[in-house]
Formats: sequence, structure tokens, C-alpha cells
Amino acid sequence: MPLLAFVVIVFGVPMLVLLGGTFTKEGTFSTANLTESLQGAYLTALIGSVKISALVAVLGGVLGTILAQAVVTSRFRALREAVLTASGVLANFGGVPLAFAWIATLGNSGVVTTTLGLGEHGWSLYNFWGLTLVYLYFSIPLQVLTVVPALDGLRPQWREAAQNNGASTWQFWRYVGVPVLTPALLGGVVLLFGGAFAAYATAQAMVGSTVPLVTLKIADALSGNVLIGHENVALALSLDMIVIAGLVMAVYLPLQRRSARWLR
Amino acid sequence: MNGARVEFRGLRRRFGSTVALDGLDLTVEPGELLALLGPSGCGKTTALRCLAGFEQPDEGEILVDGADITRVPANRRDAGMVFQSYSLFPNLNARDNVGFGLRVRKVPAAKRHARAQELLELVGLPSVGDRYPHQLSGGQQQRVALARALALEPRVLLLDEPLSALDAKVRVTLREEIRRLQLSLGITTIFVTHDQEEALSMADRVAVLRAGRLEQVADPATLYDRPATPFVAEFVGAMNHLPGVLSGDRVTVLGQTLPVEGQPPASAEADVLVRPEAVLVTPDAEGGGIVMVSSFRGSTTRLRIRLGDGTEVLADVPGHDSARFAPGTAVRVGLVERPVLVSARTETGATPAVPEPDVV
Repeated sequence: MPLLAFVVIVFGVPMLVLLGGTFTKEGTFSTANLTESLQGAYLTALIGSVKISALVAVLGGVLGTILAQAVVTSRFRALREAVLTASGVLANFGGVPLAFAWIATLGNSGVVTTTLGLGEHGWSLYNFWGLTLVYLYFSIPLQVLTVVPALDGLRPQWREAAQNNGASTWQFWRYVGVPVLTPALLGGVVLLFGGAFAAYATAQAMVGSTVPLVTLKIADALSGNVLIGHENVALALSLDMIVIAGLVMAVYLPLQRRSARWLR
Repeated sequence: MNGARVEFRGLRRRFGSTVALDGLDLTVEPGELLALLGPSGCGKTTALRCLAGFEQPDEGEILVDGADITRVPANRRDAGMVFQSYSLFPNLNARDNVGFGLRVRKVPAAKRHARAQELLELVGLPSVGDRYPHQLSGGQQQRVALARALALEPRVLLLDEPLSALDAKVRVTLREEIRRLQLSLGITTIFVTHDQEEALSMADRVAVLRAGRLEQVADPATLYDRPATPFVAEFVGAMNHLPGVLSGDRVTVLGQTLPVEGQPPASAEADVLVRPEAVLVTPDAEGGGIVMVSSFRGSTTRLRIRLGDGTEVLADVPGHDSARFAPGTAVRVGLVERPVLVSARTETGATPAVPEPDVV
């Protein structure tokens, strides 16, 4: 009961406000805000956010899994502990401090940029790829934390049984390892997607409006920096984000449910 | 299928400071079921894993039908293996688990499924093909694992304590089925176990290992009746250590003089090793012994008897005699007239080798 009350207050009430605002234009019911949120610069921002989030989720998922596997198979216990501790810290390193850490390192006047003369070779941190790099900085450790317990759960007997049946390492991963790890891998990728999709402060501090992102557009619409009276469009954009997150979960949950059965 | 001859030659394997195998020499004949028996850490599983290719010996060779396979990768060896437990692939149903090796070899699906079904029928599970491992009992899982190990028609079958995680009744049923299958297929089988009853009841021969070395290899009856060393005598079956005095090739124990089996130790005072079933017990108020504990086991009853000098003796009597030998009964103890194994006297020589905690 307390949990239900908490959910109603924290999620239910804002959702009602969001829905109410989205479908209200000049005091009457309307879908104009929603239509506007899916046009022009707003649509570009939405697509931009999905693109960067998907890229970060896939790259972070792959690189994080490879790193996690290296950690799990390492014979050095200290290395494992060090990587896991660092991942715990870095996965929670975000917002403006993260942006400034990168600006100080690889920004136009960053230590590494000036030392190596990267600027002369066209290097810039303040674009789509620069932002992707910064997002990966906290996404890869997050994937490591998500996948390590699952990799630990892969029983050595499965690999040996596969070998005993003539399977190569590749065949073991293809037929057994990856399917068994699917829930954890997908869970990690969804988490990474969500983290990048909802990120705001890092992008705001780093790229401003150079890279079109939906979170930046929502902030602009709410603060009225550019236009006034667009608060309800911001709510419509938020609804768009919820729908996209829902679609991602709709793909993930059935797959997760099927694979989770195997490990019971 | 037909079995291959397997030879371990001078096999050594060390894990850090622990010596798992210390020059193991052993030959398994074609079509034979050989049990590797021994206490934890004796090297039996390491020997099996070396044969499967999961461990590389530091020294020595493994030969299958004369061919040295010591450095052949695990996935290219002609040996099927059943693991202790939880080795079925959780994401594949029973049919696909059995057909896994055929899938790896790119056998068409229809042929693969037909072969898997055949094998499931062979292990007595014709209708579980569509079930996933989590939907099968422990015994069913091990049967499926057995079918999977046989799918590629290997010439050697390796069983690594496959029954240890099962309950007692399933264990007995399954071990009989494994033996039946092994005999009908004629496949050379090496069975690792720490359960002496399992080893003695299933194997053509039993190899007892101790600290990475072969202590004795013999058929079950010989191993039990004529243990080559005191270690084998103690490890296989229950054994009394009774104080005795040597005189040439005879030993005096509990007032009887019996011939000595094998080489006696140098000292005159020795421990005489006697099985509980070789101890004769008769109710006798003047016999000098008192039944301390009576443990009913169905066909037999095991008695723990204390003699006048404090020596304790284990004795097996027919189960229907248990009422005659209730705790507190005065008895006379004698030994069956037959050669006995003798070892150097130990400090605890006056106590039975196998403690009997169960009390009636």
C-alpha cells in the first residue's frame, strides 16, 4: 500500500499533468502540441536523441561486455576488484562535472588537445561523435556492472560439454553463451539507451544546441529562451520520449522473459 | 559402437604445490567399465579430465588405441562425457541438447532430430524431447546428458560422478541403466566415483587411487576380498583394526591364530584387518564382549561390540538376528578361519576403521 501511494504520487500525478498539458491548447482539447512535437526541429531533435542513444547503447554494450569478459576470465583477482570498483564510480559520473572533465581534457583548449595539437587536425569535442565519446565514458562501466554477474553465472560445465561435443569457442558462444546471456546483455543495452536518451546536463554544458537533442529542446521550450508559450509542446516531447522508451521495453521484455526461464 | 583401449602412461599433474597425479599408469581394456575410486583429492577427476582434454598433464602420455592424444584439443577427441550435474545447455530443449554435437557437425536438422529421438528412447525418455532442462528432474537431466554423450558414437565414455547429485533411489536405478547400456553398446567406459558401493556394483574392474597414484586395480571381488594394501582394505568396505601378534607367517588375534595374507610388517605387534562379516558373534554370558550399539540395516545388522580389554569390534550378523543382539547383550566374538591382512601397529589400532554413528 505505501508503495502504491508512492507510485501514484511520484509517477501517476506527473503523468496526469503531462497528459493534460500535452492535449491542451489555449484551454481546449487538442492534438496540436503532439503534432508540433513531431515536426521540424523537434522531430530532428527526437531523431538525434534516438540516434545517439542507440549508438551509445550498442557500442557501450559491446565494449562493456568485452571488458567484463576480460575481467571475469582474468586470473588476477586484484584487477577484477579494481575494474569493478572503478566501474561503480564511473557509471555514476555524469552531469556538468563530467562535461567539464572532458572539456578540460579534450575540449578546444584541453590539456590533451593542446599537448598533441589535435586542433590542427580538425579535432572537436563539441559535435555528435564527441558527445557519443563522453556518453560512452559512463555507459561502458555501467554495462560492465550489469554483465559481470551474468558472465559469472555461465557454468564452466557448459563450455566443457560444448567442447566435448566438438564445438569450437565460437560455436559455444553462438549456440550457448550468447543465448544464455541475452537477458543480461539486453538489459544492459536498454539501460544504456535509457541513460543516454535522458541525459541532459552533460550535453547542455558541452554542446548547447549544436547537437539537436530532445532533452535540450524540452529545456528550451520550458524556459522560454527562444519562444514563449511552448510549455505544452515540452510536455508533448516528454510524452514522445515515454512512448519511445515504452517501445524499447516492448522489444526487451518478451525476449528477457523467454531467456530468464532457462536459468531457473 | 565398439570400445577403444585407453592407456595412461606416467601421468603427472600438479596444481601449484598440490600434486594431483603422481605418475599414474593404468590401462583400460576395450569395452571395459573401469571405476576410478578414491577419496577427495586423490586425482581421479584430474585423470578423467586429462583424458577428456580439459586438463593438460605436466608429464606422461594418454593413448587411445595406441595413438597419443595427449595434445589433441578437447573438441577433437573421440570421447563422450557426462558431468556431475547441471551440464545441459539451459537454452536448448532435451532434443537439441542431445543433437548438439550433430548440429556442430552440420548434420541436417531432420536427421539430427531423428538421431536425438533414438537416443532419448535408448535412455528411457522418449517423450521429453521438447522439454527444457529446468522442466526435467535431476535423474532425467543426467539421462539426457548420457544420451548427448553417446550422440557422436564415441569410443570412450567418461562419467564424472554423474550420480552424486541424485537421490538414493534414482541413483541405484540409473547406475543399473548405465551398466546395461554400456554392456549393450560395448563402449569403453571410465567412471569416476568416491562411492565404493557404486564402483563395486557397476565396474568390471575398480582402480583405487591415493595421492595421485594407483594403489590397486582389480575386479570388485578381488578388491574387496584381497585388498593389496591396508589403504585399499580400509577404503573399500568397513574394516576392523584388531591388535595381533605376529609369529612367522601367522598372527594371533582375539585368541585365534590365522595365516597372514601377503607380506607381514617387520614388527611383531601388528594390526589385523578384519571385515565385519568375518567376525563371528554368539550370545554367551561368559563370552567377554558386550554389544554397545546395534544398527539394523535390513538384510544385516551391524553390531559394535566392546571386548574385556576395551577393544571395539564391528560385526555384521543377519538382520533377523537383531533381536538376539540388542545393546547390552553379552556375546562371544571369534573370527572366520581364513588368511587376514596385517599392517604395522597404529596408535588407534584398537578401534574400528569405520566409525558407526548410527544408533538403534
